[in-house]
Amino acid sequence: MNAMQHDGLRQDELQRDADSPRSVSGAVVSARGLRKVYKNKVALDGTSFEIEPGKIIGLIGPNGAGKTTALKAILGLIPFEGDLRVLGMDPRTQRDELMRDVCFIADVAVLPRWIRVREAIEFVAGVHPRFDRARCDRFLANTQLKPDMRVRELSKGMIVQLHLALVMAIDAKLLVLDEPTLGLDILYRKQFYQRLLEDYFDEQKTILITTHQVEEIEHILTDVMFIRQGKIVLDASMDEVGERYAEVMVDGGQLESARVLKPVDERALPFGKTVMLFDGVPQAQLQSLGEVRTPGLADLFVATMKGTYA
Amino acid sequence: MNAVVETRSPVAAPHATATFKLLLKREFWEHKGGFFWAPLVAGAIGLLMTIMAIAVGEVAMRRAARSGELHIEGVQVNGLDLGMLTQKLGPEEMRHLAGGIDLSLFLSASWPLIVLAFVVFFYCLGALYDERKDRSVLFWKSLPLSDRDTVLSKAASALLVAPALALLAAVATMLGFMLVLTVVVLLHGGNPVQLLWGPGSPLSVMSQFLAALPVYALWALPTVGWLLLVSAWARSKPILWALMIPLFAGLFVSWFDLMQVFNLETTWFWKNIVARLLTSVFPGSWVDVAQFEHIDVEGPAAFRNLISLKAMYSTLLTPQLWIGAAVGAAMIFGTIRLRRWRDEG
Repeated sequence: MNAMQHDGLRQDELQRDADSPRSVSGAVVSARGLRKVYKNKVALDGTSFEIEPGKIIGLIGPNGAGKTTALKAILGLIPFEGDLRVLGMDPRTQRDELMRDVCFIADVAVLPRWIRVREAIEFVAGVHPRFDRARCDRFLANTQLKPDMRVRELSKGMIVQLHLALVMAIDAKLLVLDEPTLGLDILYRKQFYQRLLEDYFDEQKTILITTHQVEEIEHILTDVMFIRQGKIVLDASMDEVGERYAEVMVDGGQLESARVLKPVDERALPFGKTVMLFDGVPQAQLQSLGEVRTPGLADLFVATMKGTYA
Repeated sequence: MNAVVETRSPVAAPHATATFKLLLKREFWEHKGGFFWAPLVAGAIGLLMTIMAIAVGEVAMRRAARSGELHIEGVQVNGLDLGMLTQKLGPEEMRHLAGGIDLSLFLSASWPLIVLAFVVFFYCLGALYDERKDRSVLFWKSLPLSDRDTVLSKAASALLVAPALALLAAVATMLGFMLVLTVVVLLHGGNPVQLLWGPGSPLSVMSQFLAALPVYALWALPTVGWLLLVSAWARSKPILWALMIPLFAGLFVSWFDLMQVFNLETTWFWKNIVARLLTSVFPGSWVDVAQFEHIDVEGPAAFRNLISLKAMYSTLLTPQLWIGAAVGAAMIFGTIRLRRWRDEG
């Protein structure tokens, strides 16, 4: 990981957590050998990973890869096997305590339909020790939400605005977002992530996101994890990804010499060009083959997940 | 972005009772219609029907009086003179009158309580099912609320909040009923104090109603516990499971005469298991086990005996109440476990 940025954080971490149990390891989430089997499907298969504080991590995987199961395990919503610590606590036994510092948006449609905007605010303000009402009001000020509106009267985008305002007003250490923008139009999606980045995220917070709209979160992630059939197949910072992977537009004549370098993926373009994806091949070596660029997360994802549904 | 120097100050969790109060408030917000309005409206409709019946009676009596057919104790009156009526009543008749007033008071207040039984039944059945169905359980679970507090707040809403509000609605209905009768008596030149408020005992009937709350809460526990359990467990159609399991168990027991093993009759099972799981939310369903002083049920005066405080609280000395309450509490405990670990897709 990018060491410079990290050391500064460590210092802060140690100071902050001198008297908390998780000072042992700085990790926000530390999972070892997670295993969860549903009736006829293995959702988590020895999954292990660590999440450091101050990161925005994308957990990306195809349908049924175990993303949501992993998040549910972290949030203490399901029983599972293996060793998992979230903020130093076991979500299976210390969930009530854990939820004071962890918050999540499971889906856009989970706010109770009968509740009024003002009731939702009053409730969360009353039960959550880290809720800041003024912040919440500020977030809602430039929306069309009125205190007496019921959730069932709101559009999907407005529900998300409300949910996001409620969650962003909570000073949680870990925020988990599971497909938070599913079914929203592009305006709301952009606004959602922008808000999150500008008004919420800071070095003391950690955000864990799953989504299929990889292109839209690519630029806000600091780290990325690919999950496939219950196993983490890639766990790297975005900088590392940029260093490690390269995409080359190979001319027709150089195909053979390019293949010697063992591309992890190749796809043909019209007009005789072929795009190849290389893992860990030095840039200098690739330069001679054609135009080199950093691959998008989506292309990387597709290459990594090849054959998943086969 | 915030500077790194910012440190999180430790924040005290809100007090447990404050959280619980808010949880009760949450239930009230969601079910205001059932908890608050339904019993009131039922009482109001009951009153309206009473007023209409009185109006019809008045018209009929006027007509009868005009044609000279109304005779009271041999005295023909022009219209109905209630003032004269009280003067002619002996002590025995007055006692009957008093019993009659109390009985009709009681009946006037029964509508809110019948509605209460249905409200509580369906509230419990949906309490933990609906939140899973619309997935809002994921929102509640994203807040620092324990499953224990959440389930207990729902049980308390069913056992205390809803019945308390319905009993208040019943008392309000009784007051309304007495006012209507007072107006009628006055219209006929009678003395309402002499004829209604004196012989009848509205205040004691009302306070007995309110005193029923603890008995209701304990007695209804098995049904509330059972319905909450099904509500937390059923993947679909909770009402079907809630009804079918006890009913089929009952049929099974009847069919094979299983109770003979314990030297009991089949009806024992229906009365003590099936009925307790399904119908204990009906106020007064405990009369069966209550101890009455004298079995004299002749005339309306005996009604006082039926609803006496002593008889009602004698329920608190029966094993039926306490065993049922213990089983209900155990089922609520099971409900808490289920809500904690039930995985919603």
